[in-house]
Amino acid sequence: MDAQTIIARRIAQELQAGMLVNLGVGIPTQVANYVPPGMPIFFQSENGLIGTGPIPEQGMAHATLTDAAGQPVTALPGASTFDSAMSFGLIRGGHLDMTVLGGLQVDEQGRLANWMIPGKMVPGMGGAMDLVVGARRVVVAMQHTAKGRPKIIRQCSLPLTSTRRVDLVVTELAVISFADGRATLLETAPGVSIKDVLANTEASLVVPDHVPSMQL
Amino acid sequence: MKAIPLHDAVALIPDGASLMIGGFMGVGTPHRVIDELLRQGRRGLTVYGNDTARPGVGIGKLISARAVRRAVVTHIGLNPETQQQMLAGETEVDLVPQGTLIERIRAGGFGLGGILTPTGVGTVVEEGKQRLTVDGRDYLVETALRADFALVNCSMADYMGNLAYALTARNFNPVIAMAADTVIVEANHIVPVGVIPPDQVVTPAPVVDYLITND
Repeated sequence: MDAQTIIARRIAQELQAGMLVNLGVGIPTQVANYVPPGMPIFFQSENGLIGTGPIPEQGMAHATLTDAAGQPVTALPGASTFDSAMSFGLIRGGHLDMTVLGGLQVDEQGRLANWMIPGKMVPGMGGAMDLVVGARRVVVAMQHTAKGRPKIIRQCSLPLTSTRRVDLVVTELAVISFADGRATLLETAPGVSIKDVLANTEASLVVPDHVPSMQL
Repeated sequence: MKAIPLHDAVALIPDGASLMIGGFMGVGTPHRVIDELLRQGRRGLTVYGNDTARPGVGIGKLISARAVRRAVVTHIGLNPETQQQMLAGETEVDLVPQGTLIERIRAGGFGLGGILTPTGVGTVVEEGKQRLTVDGRDYLVETALRADFALVNCSMADYMGNLAYALTARNFNPVIAMAADTVIVEANHIVPVGVIPPDQVVTPAPVVDYLITND
């Protein structure tokens, strides 16, 4: 199983029936592929859609039914559409149960940086700052390291997305919770030891006596 | 509301004007208006919108043609030209959180001086802004935004200028329609009065200044 699949499958286990969930671009989008069969989830696209469905079949795209990247999607039964003020009212106003975003860095206090690398990559924050501030639960989906360097570090060197701490970080090596304000190792991926995780993490991790393996 | 041809509507917009333009990655963008702005060679524009789409699409066309002096947007990640022009200092780009941008525009159209939002507190977005604490929570004071022109795309406009929107093409459109001195509408379909039932009208006719006729 590749890294992205491990991450997406594990995060899908965080879903609960009836949740309103926003998935960011990249690995987060793949979480939708692993929703437990029969579990109703409302996926929001911040461009103004709740009830986002799969990519339409060839030739069935509609010019005004798109996701936040402008790509054609479908709408599931029970879907709704609205303007951008409403969309971010849902996000900021505490109506969004969970957001899943990508990450560049997460620090020891659970603060996320995911929107720019000064001088190099300046995509803009889009909806990320509102999502991290407003969602009831913030889950970060990212690779554990970038070019061999840890992404879970003592202090973010990149501009923060928010000072609000994230709840959960899921990587291809581990599940790390920040629920009590400290980075706590909850699970390791199959075949990955606690030592492997620690060797690839700069932030100090709380390691409980029992750390189970992810059940994928 | 006055119905006028595309050429005449765009001729109202001078060089250097500030424009709010509807659309999200080009979906719900008034594409004919943008093409005509380029044809008439407009320069030095300030553009407020969600994004600059992609090169060759929607607002991305204005960026490629170097018609934009300043862009106030939330995301330019899918338009490398905007990023290059920004990093080279050729185009001024203000990046604003999406929920903050739309709410600042909403405030501008609803007679408010600004909004208080928790988004951006403790980040670079806070620089130069006032922070207020209300009931123990910190907020940034974000001022209202208005523009000279709103360039709105809708799915249906009736003969009086009542507007309805389609699916995800709605996005910024009904909000910017409230926040500009002059509101110009490009409708995908122009329909007789009554075809849009009163409770399906999203933008009421009195806020629309010009409806572009289908030539």
